[in-house]
Amino acid sequence: MMRDAAPLVSVHDLTVRYGEAAVLRDVDLDVAPGEIVTIVGPNGSGKSTLIKAILGGVKHSAGRIERKPGLQIGYVPQRLVLDPTLPMNVERFLSLPHRIPASRAREALERAGVPEIGKRQMAALSGGQFQRALLARAILEEPDLLILDEAAAGLDQPGAAAFYRRIHEVREETGCGVLMISHDLHVVMSASDRVICLNGHVCCAGTPEVVANAPDYRRLFGEGTRGAFALYRHNHDHRHSQDHVQDAAE
Amino acid sequence: MLDDFLTRAALAGIGTGLAAAPLGCFVVWRRMAYFGDATAHAAILGVALSLAASLPVFVGTLFIALFMAMVVSVISGRGYAMDTLLGVMAHSALAFGLVGVTFIQGVRIDLMAYLFGDILAVSRSDLAVIWGGAALVLALIGWRWNALLTATLDDGLALAAGIDPKREQLVLTLALAVVVAVAIKVVGVLLITALLIIPAATVRPFAVTPERMGIMAALVGMTSAWIGLRASYEFDTPTGPTIVCVTALLFILSNIASRIRQPG
Repeated sequence: MMRDAAPLVSVHDLTVRYGEAAVLRDVDLDVAPGEIVTIVGPNGSGKSTLIKAILGGVKHSAGRIERKPGLQIGYVPQRLVLDPTLPMNVERFLSLPHRIPASRAREALERAGVPEIGKRQMAALSGGQFQRALLARAILEEPDLLILDEAAAGLDQPGAAAFYRRIHEVREETGCGVLMISHDLHVVMSASDRVICLNGHVCCAGTPEVVANAPDYRRLFGEGTRGAFALYRHNHDHRHSQDHVQDAAE
Repeated sequence: MLDDFLTRAALAGIGTGLAAAPLGCFVVWRRMAYFGDATAHAAILGVALSLAASLPVFVGTLFIALFMAMVVSVISGRGYAMDTLLGVMAHSALAFGLVGVTFIQGVRIDLMAYLFGDILAVSRSDLAVIWGGAALVLALIGWRWNALLTATLDDGLALAAGIDPKREQLVLTLALAVVVAVAIKVVGVLLITALLIIPAATVRPFAVTPERMGIMAALVGMTSAWIGLRASYEFDTPTGPTIVCVTALLFILSNIASRIRQPG
Protein backbone atom coordinates (compact mmCIF):
# COMPACT_ATOMS: atom_id res chain seq x y z
CA MET A 1 0.00 0.00 0.00
CA MET A 2 1.47 3.31 -1.13
CA ARG A 3 4.98 1.97 -0.78
CA ASP A 4 6.21 4.39 -3.41
CA ALA A 5 5.73 7.45 -1.19
CA ALA A 6 8.75 8.76 0.71
CA PRO A 7 8.96 6.95 4.04
CA LEU A 8 7.76 8.71 7.20
CA VAL A 9 10.56 7.21 9.18
CA SER A 10 13.50 5.27 7.97
CA VAL A 11 15.96 3.31 10.10
CA HIS A 12 19.30 2.23 8.66
CA ASP A 13 21.76 -0.22 10.22
CA LEU A 14 20.68 0.78 13.70
CA THR A 15 22.75 -0.61 16.56
CA VAL A 16 21.91 0.13 20.19
CA ARG A 17 24.07 -1.04 23.07
CA TYR A 18 23.28 -1.15 26.77
CA GLY A 19 26.78 -1.39 28.18
CA GLU A 20 28.54 -4.21 26.36
CA ALA A 21 25.50 -6.04 25.07
CA ALA A 22 23.98 -5.01 21.75
CA VAL A 23 20.22 -4.89 22.13
CA LEU A 24 19.71 -4.06 18.47
CA ARG A 25 22.11 -4.94 15.64
CA ASP A 26 21.98 -3.52 12.13
CA VAL A 27 18.25 -2.99 12.12
CA ASP A 28 16.63 -1.62 8.97
CA LEU A 29 13.05 -0.47 8.92
CA ASP A 30 10.85 2.03 7.20
CA VAL A 31 7.23 3.02 7.38
CA ALA A 32 5.44 4.61 4.43
CA PRO A 33 2.34 6.82 4.67
CA GLY A 34 -0.83 4.77 5.01
CA GLU A 35 1.06 1.59 5.82
CA ILE A 36 0.63 -0.60 8.91
CA VAL A 37 3.92 -2.15 9.93
CA THR A 38 4.00 -4.50 12.89
CA ILE A 39 7.03 -5.58 14.85
CA VAL A 40 6.86 -9.01 16.43
CA GLY A 41 9.49 -10.80 18.43
CA PRO A 42 10.09 -12.61 21.71
CA ASN A 43 10.62 -10.81 25.02
CA GLY A 44 13.97 -9.07 25.13
CA SER A 45 14.21 -8.94 21.36
CA GLY A 46 14.60 -5.14 21.39
CA LYS A 47 11.11 -4.19 20.18
CA SER A 48 10.52 -1.48 22.75
CA THR A 49 14.10 -0.24 22.42
CA LEU A 50 13.54 0.18 18.69
CA ILE A 51 10.40 2.21 19.33
CA LYS A 52 12.19 4.32 21.96
CA ALA A 53 15.02 4.94 19.51
CA ILE A 54 12.59 6.09 16.82
CA LEU A 55 10.97 8.42 19.36
CA GLY A 56 14.43 9.81 20.11
CA GLY A 57 14.86 8.53 23.66
CA VAL A 58 17.71 6.07 23.16
CA LYS A 59 21.25 6.81 22.08
CA HIS A 60 22.36 4.57 19.26
CA SER A 61 25.95 3.55 18.74
CA ALA A 62 25.73 3.06 14.98
CA GLY A 63 23.38 3.61 12.10
CA ARG A 64 20.90 6.40 11.57
CA ILE A 65 17.24 7.25 11.98
CA GLU A 66 15.68 9.60 9.47
CA ARG A 67 12.34 11.19 10.05
CA LYS A 68 10.39 13.01 7.39
CA PRO A 69 10.89 16.72 8.11
CA GLY A 70 8.13 18.00 10.38
CA LEU A 71 6.93 14.49 11.13
CA GLN A 72 4.08 14.49 13.63
CA ILE A 73 4.07 11.38 15.81
CA GLY A 74 1.17 10.05 17.85
CA TYR A 75 2.30 7.57 20.47
CA VAL A 76 0.31 5.04 22.48
CA PRO A 77 2.40 3.42 25.23
CA GLN A 78 1.87 -0.12 26.40
CA ARG A 79 0.81 0.92 29.83
CA LEU A 80 0.65 4.27 31.43
CA VAL A 81 1.23 4.03 35.15
CA LEU A 82 -0.67 6.96 36.53
CA ASP A 83 0.47 7.70 40.05
CA PRO A 84 -2.64 7.65 42.25
CA THR A 85 -1.63 11.01 43.69
CA LEU A 86 -1.95 12.67 40.27
CA PRO A 87 -5.48 13.89 39.59
CA MET A 88 -6.15 13.86 35.87
CA ASN A 89 -9.42 13.73 34.01
CA VAL A 90 -9.58 12.64 30.39
CA GLU A 91 -10.12 16.12 28.96
CA ARG A 92 -7.10 17.47 30.82
CA PHE A 93 -5.06 14.51 29.65
CA LEU A 94 -5.95 15.25 26.04
CA SER A 95 -4.72 18.83 26.57
CA LEU A 96 -1.16 17.67 27.22
CA PRO A 97 1.13 19.20 26.26
CA HIS A 98 -0.97 21.68 24.24
CA ARG A 99 -4.27 23.15 25.35
CA ILE A 100 -7.06 22.14 22.98
CA PRO A 101 -10.68 23.31 22.81
CA ALA A 102 -13.29 20.97 24.33
CA SER A 103 -14.85 20.39 20.91
CA ARG A 104 -11.62 18.90 19.57
CA ALA A 105 -11.24 16.74 22.65
CA ARG A 106 -14.75 15.41 22.13
CA GLU A 107 -14.12 14.75 18.46
CA ALA A 108 -10.95 12.80 19.23
CA LEU A 109 -12.77 10.74 21.86
CA GLU A 110 -15.53 9.99 19.36
CA ARG A 111 -12.98 8.84 16.81
CA ALA A 112 -11.37 6.64 19.43
CA GLY A 113 -14.78 5.14 20.18
CA VAL A 114 -15.29 6.56 23.68
CA PRO A 115 -17.28 9.81 23.36
CA GLU A 116 -18.64 9.79 26.91
CA ILE A 117 -15.54 9.71 29.10
CA GLY A 118 -14.26 13.30 28.89
CA LYS A 119 -15.07 14.24 32.48
CA ARG A 120 -14.00 10.94 34.04
CA GLN A 121 -10.78 10.59 36.00
CA MET A 122 -8.15 8.57 34.09
CA ALA A 123 -7.70 6.31 37.11
CA ALA A 124 -11.41 5.40 37.08
CA LEU A 125 -11.44 4.10 33.49
CA SER A 126 -11.60 0.44 32.51
CA GLY A 127 -8.61 -1.02 30.67
CA GLY A 128 -10.30 -0.66 27.29
CA GLN A 129 -11.42 2.90 27.93
CA PHE A 130 -7.97 3.85 29.19
CA GLN A 131 -6.24 2.59 26.05
CA ARG A 132 -8.81 4.42 23.91
CA ALA A 133 -8.18 7.60 25.84
CA LEU A 134 -4.49 7.15 25.02
CA LEU A 135 -5.45 6.54 21.38
CA ALA A 136 -7.63 9.67 21.35
CA ARG A 137 -4.69 11.74 22.56
CA ALA A 138 -2.38 10.15 20.01
CA ILE A 139 -4.65 10.97 17.04
CA LEU A 140 -5.56 14.42 18.31
CA GLU A 141 -2.78 16.24 16.49
CA GLU A 142 -3.49 14.47 13.17
CA PRO A 143 -0.23 12.52 13.30
CA ASP A 144 1.56 11.37 10.15
CA LEU A 145 2.74 8.33 12.07
CA LEU A 146 0.99 6.46 14.83
CA ILE A 147 3.28 4.39 17.05
CA LEU A 148 1.78 1.78 19.36
CA ASP A 149 3.84 -0.22 21.84
CA GLU A 150 1.74 -3.28 22.64
CA ALA A 151 -1.13 -0.91 23.12
CA ALA A 152 -3.69 -3.71 23.49
CA ALA A 153 -1.61 -5.93 25.76
CA GLY A 154 -3.82 -5.37 28.81
CA LEU A 155 -7.10 -5.99 27.00
CA ASP A 156 -9.09 -9.20 26.66
CA GLN A 157 -9.39 -10.71 23.20
CA PRO A 158 -12.60 -9.00 22.02
CA GLY A 159 -11.30 -5.74 23.50
CA ALA A 160 -7.99 -6.07 21.68
CA ALA A 161 -9.71 -6.99 18.41
CA ALA A 162 -11.98 -3.96 18.68
CA PHE A 163 -9.00 -1.77 19.51
CA TYR A 164 -7.05 -2.91 16.45
CA ARG A 165 -10.12 -2.47 14.29
CA ARG A 166 -10.28 1.09 15.49
CA ILE A 167 -6.62 1.61 14.56
CA HIS A 168 -7.46 0.32 11.10
CA GLU A 169 -10.32 2.78 10.77
CA VAL A 170 -8.13 5.65 11.91
CA ARG A 171 -5.61 4.69 9.26
CA GLU A 172 -8.38 4.63 6.62
CA GLU A 173 -9.70 8.01 7.76
CA THR A 174 -6.45 9.87 8.08
CA GLY A 175 -4.03 7.99 5.86
CA CYS A 176 -1.43 7.97 8.62
CA GLY A 177 1.28 5.35 8.80
CA VAL A 178 1.14 2.94 11.72
CA LEU A 179 4.07 1.28 13.44
CA MET A 180 3.13 -1.10 16.19
CA ILE A 181 4.47 -3.80 18.42
CA SER A 182 2.16 -6.66 19.09
CA HIS A 183 2.21 -9.98 20.84
CA ASP A 184 -1.13 -10.89 19.43
CA LEU A 185 -0.02 -12.83 16.38
CA HIS A 186 -3.51 -13.41 15.04
CA VAL A 187 -4.23 -9.71 14.96
CA VAL A 188 -0.80 -8.95 13.56
CA MET A 189 -1.21 -11.28 10.69
CA SER A 190 -4.65 -10.04 9.71
CA ALA A 191 -4.18 -6.34 10.34
CA SER A 192 -0.69 -5.54 9.05
CA ASP A 193 0.57 -4.65 5.63
CA ARG A 194 4.06 -5.66 6.61
CA VAL A 195 5.51 -7.61 9.51
CA ILE A 196 9.00 -7.34 10.88
CA CYS A 197 10.18 -10.21 12.98
CA LEU A 198 12.80 -8.92 15.39
CA ASN A 199 15.20 -10.79 17.62
CA GLY A 200 18.01 -8.31 18.22
CA HIS A 201 18.28 -8.14 14.46
CA VAL A 202 15.63 -8.36 11.77
CA CYS A 203 15.06 -12.11 11.32
CA CYS A 204 12.63 -11.71 8.50
CA ALA A 205 10.35 -9.08 7.10
CA GLY A 206 7.63 -8.81 4.49
CA THR A 207 3.93 -9.33 4.05
CA PRO A 208 2.21 -11.38 6.76
CA GLU A 209 2.06 -14.40 4.43
CA VAL A 210 5.77 -14.25 3.70
CA VAL A 211 6.75 -13.85 7.34
CA ALA A 212 4.40 -16.57 8.57
CA ASN A 213 6.10 -19.02 6.24
CA ALA A 214 9.66 -17.89 6.94
CA PRO A 215 11.76 -20.51 8.76
CA ASP A 216 13.10 -17.91 11.24
CA TYR A 217 9.62 -16.87 12.22
CA ARG A 218 8.49 -20.45 12.66
CA ARG A 219 11.51 -21.20 14.81
CA LEU A 220 10.65 -18.29 17.09
CA PHE A 221 6.90 -18.73 17.27
CA GLY A 222 6.40 -22.38 16.40
CA GLU A 223 4.29 -24.05 13.77
CA GLY A 224 1.03 -23.67 15.64
CA THR A 225 0.45 -20.07 14.81
CA ARG A 226 0.17 -20.75 11.12
CA GLY A 227 -2.97 -22.79 11.57
CA ALA A 228 -4.53 -20.14 13.78
CA PHE A 229 -3.49 -17.52 11.26
CA ALA A 230 -5.28 -19.29 8.43
CA LEU A 231 -8.37 -19.66 10.59
CA TYR A 232 -8.35 -16.02 11.51
CA ARG A 233 -7.97 -14.89 7.94
CA HIS A 234 -10.97 -16.94 7.04
CA ASN A 235 -13.08 -15.58 9.88
CA HIS A 236 -12.18 -12.06 9.09
CA ASP A 237 -13.76 -12.15 5.64
CA HIS A 238 -17.13 -11.12 7.00
CA ARG A 239 -17.90 -7.85 8.76
CA HIS A 240 -18.19 -7.84 12.52
CA SER A 241 -21.12 -5.79 13.69
CA GLN A 242 -20.17 -3.02 16.04
CA ASP A 243 -18.99 -5.09 18.98
CA HIS A 244 -16.47 -2.47 19.98
CA VAL A 245 -19.38 -0.35 21.17
CA GLN A 246 -20.01 -2.93 23.85
CA ASP A 247 -16.40 -2.79 24.86
CA ALA A 248 -16.54 0.96 25.18
CA ALA A 249 -19.58 0.75 27.42
CA GLU A 250 -18.14 -1.78 29.84
CA MET B 1 6.20 47.39 58.35
CA LEU B 2 9.20 45.13 57.71
CA ASP B 3 10.73 46.37 60.95
CA ASP B 4 8.55 43.96 62.86
CA PHE B 5 10.27 40.59 63.15
CA LEU B 6 6.90 38.81 63.22
CA THR B 7 5.86 40.42 59.96
CA ARG B 8 9.14 39.43 58.36
CA ALA B 9 8.72 35.90 59.68
CA ALA B 10 5.18 35.69 58.34
CA LEU B 11 6.29 36.90 54.92
CA ALA B 12 9.18 34.43 54.92
CA GLY B 13 6.91 31.54 55.83
CA ILE B 14 4.26 32.44 53.31
CA GLY B 15 6.84 32.89 50.53
CA THR B 16 8.36 29.51 51.27
CA GLY B 17 4.98 27.78 51.41
CA LEU B 18 3.98 29.39 48.13
CA ALA B 19 7.07 28.15 46.31
CA ALA B 20 7.42 24.74 47.96
CA ALA B 21 3.89 23.39 47.64
CA PRO B 22 3.36 23.43 43.84
CA LEU B 23 6.83 21.98 43.34
CA GLY B 24 5.90 19.48 46.04
CA CYS B 25 3.08 18.24 43.82
CA PHE B 26 5.66 17.08 41.28
CA VAL B 27 7.76 15.58 44.05
CA VAL B 28 4.70 13.56 45.08
CA TRP B 29 3.57 12.64 41.56
CA ARG B 30 7.05 11.52 40.54
CA ARG B 31 7.84 9.87 43.87
CA MET B 32 10.85 12.05 44.46
CA ALA B 33 10.36 12.46 48.21
CA TYR B 34 13.62 10.78 49.06
CA PHE B 35 15.37 12.79 46.38
CA GLY B 36 14.05 15.92 48.06
CA ASP B 37 15.34 14.69 51.40
CA ALA B 38 18.77 13.99 49.96
CA THR B 39 18.98 17.43 48.37
CA ALA B 40 17.86 19.09 51.60
CA HIS B 41 20.20 17.15 53.87
CA ALA B 42 23.11 17.90 51.59
CA ALA B 43 22.42 21.59 52.13
CA ILE B 44 24.05 21.43 55.56
CA LEU B 45 27.29 20.67 53.76
CA GLY B 46 26.56 23.79 51.75
CA VAL B 47 26.22 25.76 54.98
CA ALA B 48 29.65 24.54 56.09
CA LEU B 49 31.14 25.49 52.72
CA SER B 50 29.55 28.93 52.74
CA LEU B 51 30.87 29.68 56.19
CA ALA B 52 34.34 28.42 55.30
CA ALA B 53 34.45 30.51 52.12
CA SER B 54 32.66 33.51 53.65
CA LEU B 55 29.91 33.27 51.07
CA PRO B 56 26.23 33.91 51.67
CA VAL B 57 24.61 30.70 52.96
CA PHE B 58 22.17 30.82 50.07
CA VAL B 59 24.98 30.47 47.53
CA GLY B 60 26.63 27.50 49.23
CA THR B 61 23.41 25.60 49.80
CA LEU B 62 22.22 26.20 46.25
CA PHE B 63 25.54 25.01 44.89
CA ILE B 64 25.66 21.86 47.00
CA ALA B 65 22.00 21.02 46.42
CA LEU B 66 22.57 21.24 42.67
CA PHE B 67 25.81 19.30 42.90
CA MET B 68 24.06 16.60 44.91
CA ALA B 69 21.23 16.32 42.41
CA MET B 70 23.70 16.01 39.52
CA VAL B 71 25.76 13.34 41.26
CA VAL B 72 22.66 11.31 42.00
CA SER B 73 21.44 11.47 38.41
CA VAL B 74 24.88 10.56 37.07
CA ILE B 75 25.49 7.53 39.26
CA SER B 76 21.92 6.26 39.33
CA GLY B 77 21.34 3.05 37.44
CA ARG B 78 24.81 1.73 38.19
CA GLY B 79 24.09 -1.20 40.41
CA TYR B 80 22.37 0.39 43.39
CA ALA B 81 18.67 0.93 43.78
CA MET B 82 17.73 4.60 43.74
CA ASP B 83 16.57 4.69 47.36
CA THR B 84 19.79 3.04 48.55
CA LEU B 85 21.82 5.58 46.63
CA LEU B 86 19.80 8.48 47.96
CA GLY B 87 20.05 7.12 51.48
CA VAL B 88 23.81 6.94 51.21
CA MET B 89 24.06 10.42 49.73
CA ALA B 90 21.55 12.11 52.04
CA HIS B 91 22.98 10.91 55.28
CA SER B 92 26.63 11.13 54.37
CA ALA B 93 26.17 14.69 53.15
CA LEU B 94 24.41 15.53 56.40
CA ALA B 95 27.11 13.87 58.49
CA PHE B 96 29.98 15.47 56.56
CA GLY B 97 28.25 18.80 56.81
CA LEU B 98 27.81 18.50 60.58
CA VAL B 99 31.44 17.44 61.02
CA GLY B 100 32.67 20.07 58.57
CA VAL B 101 30.98 22.90 60.44
CA THR B 102 33.02 22.12 63.59
CA PHE B 103 36.27 22.73 61.68
CA ILE B 104 35.35 26.29 60.92
CA GLN B 105 37.34 28.44 63.28
CA GLY B 106 36.20 31.66 64.80
CA VAL B 107 32.57 31.38 63.89
CA ARG B 108 30.18 30.34 66.55
CA ILE B 109 27.18 29.13 64.69
CA ASP B 110 23.96 27.80 65.96
CA LEU B 111 23.60 24.46 64.15
CA MET B 112 20.05 24.11 65.35
CA ALA B 113 19.16 27.16 63.28
CA TYR B 114 20.15 25.31 60.12
CA LEU B 115 18.69 21.97 61.10
CA PHE B 116 15.30 23.27 62.19
CA GLY B 117 15.21 26.80 60.82
CA ASP B 118 15.20 30.16 62.54
CA ILE B 119 12.35 32.02 60.96
CA LEU B 120 12.18 34.67 63.68
CA ALA B 121 15.69 35.80 62.77
CA VAL B 122 14.84 36.44 59.11
CA SER B 123 16.39 39.69 57.93
CA ARG B 124 15.33 42.00 55.12
CA SER B 125 17.96 40.51 52.85
CA ASP B 126 16.83 36.97 53.76
CA LEU B 127 13.35 38.04 52.79
CA ALA B 128 14.60 39.28 49.44
CA VAL B 129 16.31 35.92 48.84
CA ILE B 130 13.20 33.98 49.85
CA TRP B 131 10.79 35.94 47.66
CA GLY B 132 13.26 36.14 44.80
CA GLY B 133 13.73 32.37 44.98
CA ALA B 134 9.99 31.77 45.27
CA ALA B 135 9.32 33.93 42.21
CA LEU B 136 12.02 32.08 40.28
CA VAL B 137 10.64 28.65 41.20
CA LEU B 138 7.04 29.61 40.41
CA ALA B 139 8.07 31.12 37.07
CA LEU B 140 10.08 28.00 36.19
CA ILE B 141 7.32 25.58 37.15
CA GLY B 142 4.66 27.71 35.47
CA TRP B 143 6.68 27.99 32.28
CA ARG B 144 7.38 24.26 32.03
CA TRP B 145 4.06 23.11 33.56
CA ASN B 146 2.62 21.19 30.60
CA ALA B 147 5.95 19.73 29.55
CA LEU B 148 6.63 18.65 33.14
CA LEU B 149 3.22 17.02 33.42
CA THR B 150 3.67 15.17 30.12
CA ALA B 151 7.10 13.92 31.14
CA THR B 152 5.70 12.91 34.54
CA LEU B 153 3.11 10.70 32.83
CA ASP B 154 5.45 8.87 30.49
CA ASP B 155 8.85 9.38 28.87
CA GLY B 156 7.60 8.09 25.54
CA LEU B 157 4.61 10.44 25.49
CA ALA B 158 6.96 13.32 26.17
CA LEU B 159 9.42 12.27 23.46
CA ALA B 160 6.67 11.84 20.88
CA ALA B 161 5.55 15.40 21.65
CA GLY B 162 9.09 16.72 21.22
CA ILE B 163 9.75 17.13 24.95
CA ASP B 164 13.03 15.91 26.38
CA PRO B 165 12.20 14.14 29.67
CA LYS B 166 15.78 14.56 30.90
CA ARG B 167 15.59 18.31 30.47
CA GLU B 168 12.34 18.44 32.43
CA GLN B 169 13.94 16.40 35.19
CA LEU B 170 16.70 18.98 35.25
CA VAL B 171 14.14 21.77 35.60
CA LEU B 172 12.67 20.06 38.65
CA THR B 173 16.11 19.46 40.11
CA LEU B 174 16.97 23.11 39.71
CA ALA B 175 13.67 24.22 41.27
CA LEU B 176 14.22 21.81 44.14
CA ALA B 177 17.69 23.18 44.82
CA VAL B 178 16.33 26.74 44.90
CA VAL B 179 13.50 25.77 47.27
CA VAL B 180 15.96 24.05 49.60
CA ALA B 181 18.22 27.07 49.62
CA VAL B 182 15.23 29.31 50.30
CA ALA B 183 13.54 27.17 52.93
CA ILE B 184 16.61 26.43 55.04
CA LYS B 185 16.13 29.64 57.03
CA VAL B 186 12.44 28.94 57.55
CA VAL B 187 12.17 25.28 58.54
CA GLY B 188 15.76 24.00 58.34
CA VAL B 189 17.16 21.12 56.31
CA LEU B 190 15.47 18.35 58.26
CA LEU B 191 11.94 19.56 57.66
CA ILE B 192 12.07 21.00 54.14
CA THR B 193 10.66 17.85 52.56
CA ALA B 194 7.63 18.18 54.82
CA LEU B 195 6.78 21.56 53.25
CA LEU B 196 7.06 19.98 49.82
CA ILE B 197 5.05 16.85 50.39
CA ILE B 198 2.47 17.39 53.10
CA PRO B 199 0.53 20.27 51.47
CA ALA B 200 0.33 18.33 48.19
CA ALA B 201 -0.81 15.18 49.97
CA THR B 202 -3.32 17.20 52.01
CA VAL B 203 -5.19 18.54 49.00
CA ARG B 204 -5.03 15.40 46.86
CA PRO B 205 -8.49 14.08 47.84
CA PHE B 206 -10.12 17.32 46.72
CA ALA B 207 -8.28 17.94 43.45
CA VAL B 208 -9.65 16.86 40.07
CA THR B 209 -6.95 18.40 37.90
CA PRO B 210 -3.21 18.86 38.45
CA GLU B 211 -3.61 22.65 38.26
CA ARG B 212 -6.12 22.76 41.09
CA MET B 213 -3.91 20.49 43.15
CA GLY B 214 -0.99 22.88 42.66
CA ILE B 215 -3.01 25.95 43.62
CA MET B 216 -4.68 24.32 46.60
CA ALA B 217 -1.34 22.98 47.82
CA ALA B 218 0.12 26.49 47.67
CA LEU B 219 -2.83 27.80 49.72
CA VAL B 220 -2.36 25.05 52.31
CA GLY B 221 1.38 25.74 52.42
CA MET B 222 0.89 29.46 52.99
CA THR B 223 -1.90 28.95 55.52
CA SER B 224 0.17 26.43 57.48
CA ALA B 225 3.08 28.85 57.61
CA TRP B 226 0.89 31.63 58.96
CA ILE B 227 -1.02 29.49 61.50
CA GLY B 228 2.21 27.79 62.56
CA LEU B 229 3.87 31.12 63.19
CA ARG B 230 0.94 32.37 65.27
CA ALA B 231 0.78 29.11 67.20
CA SER B 232 4.50 29.09 67.95
CA TYR B 233 4.22 32.67 69.24
CA GLU B 234 1.22 31.73 71.35
CA PHE B 235 2.63 28.52 72.84
CA ASP B 236 6.30 29.51 72.76
CA THR B 237 7.28 26.53 70.62
CA PRO B 238 9.99 26.29 67.91
CA THR B 239 8.51 27.87 64.80
CA GLY B 240 9.73 25.59 61.97
CA PRO B 241 8.51 22.38 63.60
CA THR B 242 5.25 24.09 64.60
CA ILE B 243 4.58 25.00 60.97
CA VAL B 244 5.13 21.39 59.98
CA CYS B 245 2.83 20.22 62.80
CA VAL B 246 0.07 22.47 61.48
CA THR B 247 0.52 21.06 57.95
CA ALA B 248 0.39 17.53 59.34
CA LEU B 249 -2.82 18.30 61.25
CA LEU B 250 -4.37 19.71 58.08
CA PHE B 251 -3.37 16.51 56.29
CA ILE B 252 -5.18 14.42 58.91
CA LEU B 253 -8.25 16.67 58.81
CA SER B 254 -8.35 16.53 55.02
CA ASN B 255 -8.25 12.75 55.03
CA ILE B 256 -10.97 12.51 57.65
CA ALA B 257 -13.08 14.96 55.65
CA SER B 258 -12.65 13.02 52.43
CA ARG B 259 -13.58 9.76 54.18
CA ILE B 260 -16.75 11.32 55.56
CA ARG B 261 -17.63 12.76 52.18
CA GLN B 262 -16.99 9.49 50.42
CA PRO B 263 -17.56 6.52 52.76
CA GLY B 264 -15.45 3.46 52.02
